[in-house]
Order: sequence, then structure tokens, then C-alpha cells
Amino acid sequence: MQIIKHRKIYFTISIILLLGSLFSLIVWGLKLGIDFTGGALMEISYTEERLSNQEIQEKLSSLDLGQINIQPIGERGILLRLKEVNEDTHQEILSKLGNPKEERFESIGPLIGKELRTKSIWAISLALLVIIIYIAWAFRKVYRPIASWQYGLVAIVALFHDIFITLGFFSFFCHFREIEIGLSFVAAFLTILGYSVNNSIVIFDRVRENLLKTNWTDFKEVINLSINQSLTRCLNTALTTLFVLLAVFFLGGESIKYFSLALIVGIIIGTYSSIFITSSLIIAWYKKE
Amino acid sequence: MGMFTDNKEKSTYKVGRRKVYWTLLSIFLIGILAAFLNYPTVWNKGVDLLNDKVGFTVMPHFLDKPFKLGLDLQGGTHLVYEADLSDIDPEDYTDSMQGVRDVIERRVNLFGVAEPVIQVNKVGSHHRLIVELAGVKDAHQAIEMIGQTPFLDFREEIELSQEELDEQQSIFEKYQEGIELTEEEMIILTKEPFSPTTLTGRYLKGAELQFDQQTYQAQVSLEFDSEGSKLFEDLTRKNINKRIAIYLDGEVVSAPTVQEAISGGKAQITGNFSMEEAKELVQRLNAGALPVPIHLINQQTIGASLGSISLERSLKAGIFGFIAILLFIIFYYRLPGLIASLALIIYIVLILAIFKLIPVTLTLSGIAGLILSIGMAVDANILIFERFKEEFKSGKSLGGSIDEGFRRAWPAIRDGNISTIITCVILFIFATGLVKGFALTLGIGVLVSMLSAIVVTKTFLQWFIGRRVEEWKKLWG
Repeated sequence: MQIIKHRKIYFTISIILLLGSLFSLIVWGLKLGIDFTGGALMEISYTEERLSNQEIQEKLSSLDLGQINIQPIGERGILLRLKEVNEDTHQEILSKLGNPKEERFESIGPLIGKELRTKSIWAISLALLVIIIYIAWAFRKVYRPIASWQYGLVAIVALFHDIFITLGFFSFFCHFREIEIGLSFVAAFLTILGYSVNNSIVIFDRVRENLLKTNWTDFKEVINLSINQSLTRCLNTALTTLFVLLAVFFLGGESIKYFSLALIVGIIIGTYSSIFITSSLIIAWYKKE
Repeated sequence: MGMFTDNKEKSTYKVGRRKVYWTLLSIFLIGILAAFLNYPTVWNKGVDLLNDKVGFTVMPHFLDKPFKLGLDLQGGTHLVYEADLSDIDPEDYTDSMQGVRDVIERRVNLFGVAEPVIQVNKVGSHHRLIVELAGVKDAHQAIEMIGQTPFLDFREEIELSQEELDEQQSIFEKYQEGIELTEEEMIILTKEPFSPTTLTGRYLKGAELQFDQQTYQAQVSLEFDSEGSKLFEDLTRKNINKRIAIYLDGEVVSAPTVQEAISGGKAQITGNFSMEEAKELVQRLNAGALPVPIHLINQQTIGASLGSISLERSLKAGIFGFIAILLFIIFYYRLPGLIASLALIIYIVLILAIFKLIPVTLTLSGIAGLILSIGMAVDANILIFERFKEEFKSGKSLGGSIDEGFRRAWPAIRDGNISTIITCVILFIFATGLVKGFALTLGIGVLVSMLSAIVVTKTFLQWFIGRRVEEWKKLWG
């Protein structure tokens, strides 16, 4: 397969996807759950017929709760989203709604969500930096024709590519479906991160081997050969991972459903980028110098 | 064979038969042990049968340790309290938080919760206490009970400076004129002539209901532990002829004047208690008093049914997906695929046993980490087999191809896994809650998966060297 030769096509595809994601993120943004924004979430279920949305609004109107988002769940359940409330208000809401069975209640202060965000961002940035350093070290023997840290940086660029497009997809998807980006998405994005870096490393490993063990003349040829040699592995690994994820998406429980969707999207994009983009980026950078 | 002798690095494939047999035996033994650990019922039933037949206990039951499930999987209550340390010397923060933790733990134990998780957590300048009560569905009751923990501290009298007194006076005049006061002014106005000391509810050993000999007024008698007694003695010695105030939940309940230094660690609170109030206070104090005030900032209650249905369905889905993986690699890689399937099953049995032994608390995000680690274990096998196939097709012997396949796949597996492990370590140290759980299961998973691909798969493959199946090329892909 001539991948390097047609790299402009793949760059164009990626740029369209990235711009699309950017557009979606700017226009619709990401619907963040209360884990990030603070607020309260209450899931209740009635043994008999549940109250209608309007009845709930009326019953709670005296409590000054601001905007309440009411969403029916299954046959008899209701999910309420409201601002953060204290324990007394929480009990009052329950009694106003006729003391239904409470399946779940979460009230999270706005501060916690903010801290979690900053803390996670710091941890992830640090992890990325260390990955670049590790790759630069692991590939220290192949400093020609490009420096070893450049492989590390390309791996991180590919990673941003994968995560950004997945985020864009979810911004688009959330806009049309009633789902929110909760904490579990952080775990999903971490998984995509790990997967993406691993993919890049496998391809670079081939490049490293070919650079060290053959008498090469054309760097472009070496890269192209390396991807072709890693092709079956990339597809097979993606395929096997997708087996589990698709099974979980279609058959698994509600709580893990969108988590696996994020992974499915991330892994498809990640496999595409590791075959077409990572290598093309290396050549583009090499040519520029 | 001759074609390999020129390469120094490959001596391993000439592994003796004996070593292969021993490794195989140990793998199976460990696998079986791990399987029994995961599912001890089988062993126990067998042992019961045997013991019954013989008439006395020949063999004991297998260690029956349950999986530790997180709140999101088994249901329960998650509470976060924030401590107000503004009156505490920064040097004593850790100590005070430890005191809060101990008191709340005692309190929660009274409630009869199995294995409560109570952790001190510091985020930036915020000191928090995380309380996880598995299986407690009535968060309201739990919050009430924890909320009853009194916050007791002793303060000594200080002289307010003339300046401060003047300031208070002027603010008070403003107040009388009906001008609304700012928050700052309120603080100055309500400033009491007492300053906090290190003696708090932490050092309380117990409380008792007493009556004044003359007035029959109900009193609460406090007894300090040895450290507290010393603090109390110092405090009284320092403040002879001055007042010491006893604060309960931030309010003065009494402020007696110290006549002499009091040793022996006993103090009386002679507030205007009714008999009932005094009784209740004694009960609350005996359950432990907080060294600093805390307030609830977060609560989460998860119904167990929500978690368990979800868990069961997701587990089933995961098993289906896993079977699909096994079928795929057997179909694609034939005999090596079958061997890898066996290795993967052993890997999963082993990792579950490790999760039980450590024990790792399993949450949804932890399971996500586990799934990724299984993915990486499969990936390692695929990397090895792809290389193996390349070598085998080029006409090398089985032993040579196995060895060369492993050797060439190793750098990619190593670098991929090491970067994953580094990421896990960083996330485990710096991130919180969910991300931490993810990092832990992924990290352990990747470590074990490297072992599984390198040792288990390789030993299984080596067993075939020199056997008749070696000639049957189609089996090897």
C-alpha cells in the first residue's frame, strides 16, 4: 500500500474531521455532567404510576430550585437534574414528590468538579510529557534522519488528533441525544490515550528496526515499508478490542454503554491515524527540515 | 539450526525439555490455585465430601475471600466533608485531620456498617474527609448520625487591645443606627475575647453526667486522655485567675475562671443544662468529639440494584466479547492462536485472583482498565504471532521462529507497556477517585500481561518443538 505517496489525501481527511470537531465543539460544546459542573442528580422510581413532568415542576416550584431538568427513565423511573442542594432540601424534595423509592442521589459542590478537572488535566499533561521523554529515550539509537524526540512528539500529536475527533463526535452526539459527559468519560479518554500511544510505538518500533538493520537509502521507503509490515497487527488488534467493546455496547449495562461508545470511536480513529497519519506526519516533518 | 549460531543473542530457544516441563507445571499449578481462589465453592464441596467419607477433617476449606466491589457496583453512600482548619496551626493540620478521621470512624462503627472506608483527602488548601458506606442506602440517616458528632474545643482568654475595642464600639454604633454591616465588620463585632488552643475533643477520653452537690444542677464531667490531661494542666496553669471557655459546636457553653492548675485530666461543664440536654451531650461526647468543625459538601447514594444489574449485564457482554476474541485468534492464527487463548484464560484467572488478594476495589472505571489490559495482552500475542509467522514462512525451524518472533516483537511490547505503566503510575499518584482506580487495574493488568505473553505463551509454544505437529505446517498459519 502506498501510504506516504498519498499522504495529502489522508491529511485532508483528518483536517476535515478536525475542523468538523472544532465546529461542533464551538457551536454545541460538551454537555458536562454534574461531576464537572456541580449540581444534584436524583433518580427515583414509583411503585405505581409516576408523576408527569408538569406535576413535578408544580410540586417543587415552592422550593426555589432554579431550573429543573426532568427525564423519565424506563417504566416508572424519573431522573431529576438540579442545582446543588443540601440534605434538608433533598429530604423536602422527596417528601413533596410523595416519598418515591430513591435509586440514586448525588449532590456535588461546584468546587469538587473544578478541582477534579484541574487535577486530571495536570496528571494527564505530566503523563504526556513523560511519554515523550520515554519515547525519545527508547528510540535514542535512531537519531538519523530525524531526532528521536520527534517520534515522541508525533505520537502526542496523533494522540491529540484521536482525542479531539472523539470529543468532537461526542459533542455532536450529545447534542442529539440526552447524554452527558460524566466522570467515566475521563477513564474512556485515558484508555484511548493509552491505546493511541501504544499504536504509535508499535509502528515506530518497526521503523526503528528497519532503520537499524537494513541498508536503507530512502527514508520515505523505510516508513512506508514499516507501516505495511505493521498493518495486519494494527487491524487485528483493533478488531479484537472492538469485539469486546461492541458486545459491551449492545449487551452491557446502561452505565457503561456510552463509555464503550467513546472507546469504539476512539479506537477506530486511533487505528486510522496510526496507519495513515503518524507516518505521514513524520515524513512531512522530515521533508521540512 | 546452523543458520542461527552466528547470532549471539539467541541462545534461549535451546531451552532444555526439562525446563519447559517445569515451567508448564508451575503455570498450571498457579493457574489452578488462582482458579480456586476465584471460585472456592468447587474445592470446598469436594473437601466436604472427602471429610464426610473419612469422618474427620483431612483438608481445610479454601481461602474464601470475596471481591471488593466499589460503591458504584454494590450500592451505598459516598459522603465528602470539608474540615474548617482556619483556627488551627498549619503544623497540626495532619494531626487534626487524623483526629477527625478517628472520631468519625468510631461514630460510623457504632452505626454497624461493614468495612466503612474513611479517608483523609487534601486537595490544594482544602482538607476533606471522604466517607464511603457500602450497602448503606439511607444516606439521610447516615448524615444525621455523623452530623451529631459534637465539635468540642477549649479556648483561653485574651485581652482585646484598645484599638480593637474602639473598633468594635464604632461598628456597634453603626449597627444601632441601622446601617447594614459588611461581613468583615460582623466578624470584628462578634470577636470574642477567647483564642483557640490545642486542646480539643480529640483528647477526650469520656464524659459523664453529674449533679452539682448544692444546686442539683446537671453537669457534664469530662475526662481527658493522658495527652489531653497534660494539655489541660498546662492550659490551666497558664491561665490562673483568667477564664477558659468551653466551646461546643462553635458556641460558648461555659467560661469558668481558673482558680489553680488542674492535674488529673478532669473538667466540668456547668452550662445551664436541663437534665435531658446534659444526658444527650454526654452520649454524644462519649461517641467522640471532633477537633475541628466539618461540613458536608458532597453526597452520592447509589442503589445497589442499579449497580448490580448493570454489572451483571456488562460482565456477560464482556464474556461474549472475550469468546469472540478467542474464536478470532484461533481462526486466524490456528494452533498458536489456540495456545494464546489458553494463555489469555490463565491471564484472566490470575489477574482476578490478584485483585482478590491485594485487594483491589473494583469499580466501573477499574473494569475499564481491566478491559484495556486484556486488549494489550491480546495485542502482545498478536505482535508475537505476526513476527513468528514472518519467520516461519521464511523457512526457519519452529524453534528458531518462536525465538526470533519473540525477540523481534519484544521491543514493541516493552515500549508500549512501559509507557502505559508510566502513565498509570503518574495517574495513580496525582489523580483522584475514578482515574486512580482505572490506573491501578490497568497497571497491574499490564504487568501481568507481559508475564503472560512472555512466559506462558512462549512455554506452551516451546512444548511443541521437536514433536510431530511441528511438521504440520498448516497448523502454524
